[in-house]
Amino acid sequence: MATLLQRLRQMRMGRVKSESQMIQMYGADLSRQVLPVPIDIAPNDPIVAYFLSAPGAVEIDKLHLESPALQALKTTGVKIAVPLVSQGELVGLLNLGPRLSEQDYSTDDRGLLNTLATQSAPAVRVAQLVRDQQVQARANERIQHELRVAQLIQKTLLPKDLPALPGWHVNAYYQAARQVGGDFYDFIYFDDDRLGLVIGDVTDKGVPAALLMATTRSVLRAVAQRVVAPGQVLERVNEILQPDIPPKMFVTCLYALLDPSSGLLQYANAGHDLPYHRHRTGEVTELRATGMPLGLMPGMSYEEKETVVAPGECILFHSDGIVEAHNTHREMFSFPRLMRLVGEHEDGDTLKEFILDDLAAFTGPDWEQEDDITMVTLQRTKSYGVTEVASRSTSRANEANSDNGNDWRTLAEFTLPSERGNERLAMEQVAAAVRTLNLPTKRLEQLKTAVAEATMNAMEHGNHYQPEKPVSIEVLASQKALSVHVKDHGVTRSLPAHPDIEAPDLEAKLAELQTPRGWGLFLIKNMVDEMRISNDASHHTIELIMYLEGEGHASEKT
Amino acid sequence: MPAKRLEAHVRQQPRVAIVDLEGEIDSFAEDALNAAYAKAESQNANVILLNFSKVDYINSTGIALIVGLLARARKSKRHLLACGLSDHYVEIFQITRLVDFMSVFPDETSALVEGSKMT
Repeated sequence: MATLLQRLRQMRMGRVKSESQMIQMYGADLSRQVLPVPIDIAPNDPIVAYFLSAPGAVEIDKLHLESPALQALKTTGVKIAVPLVSQGELVGLLNLGPRLSEQDYSTDDRGLLNTLATQSAPAVRVAQLVRDQQVQARANERIQHELRVAQLIQKTLLPKDLPALPGWHVNAYYQAARQVGGDFYDFIYFDDDRLGLVIGDVTDKGVPAALLMATTRSVLRAVAQRVVAPGQVLERVNEILQPDIPPKMFVTCLYALLDPSSGLLQYANAGHDLPYHRHRTGEVTELRATGMPLGLMPGMSYEEKETVVAPGECILFHSDGIVEAHNTHREMFSFPRLMRLVGEHEDGDTLKEFILDDLAAFTGPDWEQEDDITMVTLQRTKSYGVTEVASRSTSRANEANSDNGNDWRTLAEFTLPSERGNERLAMEQVAAAVRTLNLPTKRLEQLKTAVAEATMNAMEHGNHYQPEKPVSIEVLASQKALSVHVKDHGVTRSLPAHPDIEAPDLEAKLAELQTPRGWGLFLIKNMVDEMRISNDASHHTIELIMYLEGEGHASEKT
Repeated sequence: MPAKRLEAHVRQQPRVAIVDLEGEIDSFAEDALNAAYAKAESQNANVILLNFSKVDYINSTGIALIVGLLARARKSKRHLLACGLSDHYVEIFQITRLVDFMSVFPDETSALVEGSKMT
């Protein structure tokens, strides 16, 4: 029996799962070792209740219960089982097989086993608790390590720098929750000065979310370089990601493409929180475009929308970490509250601080951040500063005018919705911009007519009078010349760079053999010294050039 | 800046119907301009004088409207005259060769003098 006690001390008791208990079996033959065979007992097995109520050692062969554990005990040859009970909980069994002598266990044997069970049960329980704690500590350590890895991935992949766009201020804020979520944002730069903005959120947390975020970011960057339209970009990204995304994981993602010169923002949305557009009037609208999150289903298409961010206006891109934050009363911060804040705060540069201050006041000082918080603000400045655009203007104007060595400066830059009559606004704004040049009245009137006609051409033939498609106008001046760029978004037409514009056939028009219209380009050509047309993938630009000195004045041509 | 929609009124002078134009001649002006011209025609005037002295903006669509009136006048063998154009729009009438088909006068008085001779 001394050997039995020794064996008991060595016995490896424990639970393989929290809801079941492992039971060790030893042969009672003191001269021969029998390897322990663990047996699981489900918590709802009726034998548990039987053992808890048993006064001591139980003869297994005499038990008749519908019990899988009992069946297992019988199969493995257990004859006597002594419950180890601590604080009303079955923590193990002392299992004994048949004696080699084939004699039954004596009353003394049973008494000793009962005593052993009574004394060892608390020790076994303590051993179990210690082991559970060690398992938990190892699990915690692994989680902490995972969090550090996730944070590292996230930190590495978020943009290091903010875009430097003349006339725009872009700001970003990211604050990881303790259990790093899958928020991300990104900026994609294109050769034609356009800027791609990405904001997204991966379901799940930790390393899996970080890895999926990294993959999404890479795929999106690659696709955006080949495909222009945001809706098609998301469609293609979804096709690539979907087969490899684990079940129950997906990515919400908004992709927007900004043309900084016109303020045109095209966007598509794969189920991400809607950005807010603060207009000059203080009105706030949602940028709504429909689309399923990435990775859920193949063959998805994504609605594509666009808006124009006018000077002084701001866009807020955000993740759900803000609106789903709770205060001490378990109330949510909510979309309406965020929307209201965007409307109340005019300055996009400090909008994120304004929101964070309000969030802090809402949640209280002891708030533990529940999810990642991400914000990207896109603020168009109210007016261009000359110094801010000098270098860009110089290069563009030099290229256009072969006017090397001159310092070009931007006198004005603005956009107008394509609405009938807005050419009057264009000509008046250009006239105001060139006031300091003191053009002779005749030259000024010529310039105004040319600007009005170029603007009408852009609104009508380029933008088809769709108000959401703007006409962008830039006025540049050097010592020698004045240059006005009028740009549309007419992707469907292509104009020759140096159109051969003939005088309209007035006789044919008067004879009603031709439409009376068709005077626009002819007028422009005769109002300015040079007219040039350039096309790119999505714009046509008419450039009007007037020399401020020397030969070539339009006035002299007439 | 607020747009000034065209207003057009017809005054009947001996032998000449005067269409006084005020505002802008652009795509919004079509109805007013055509209605005034039709009224002038209805007065059996052989000479119709367009008075541009209170017109501060004419764009290419407006030029097309004037070409349309000129075509109507030629069809009905009427004389169409113009007066009161600013120097800039005189230049535009020259560039577009409208002056080859309609006489342009600096003011109403000189236009009426010449117009009365045309009847």
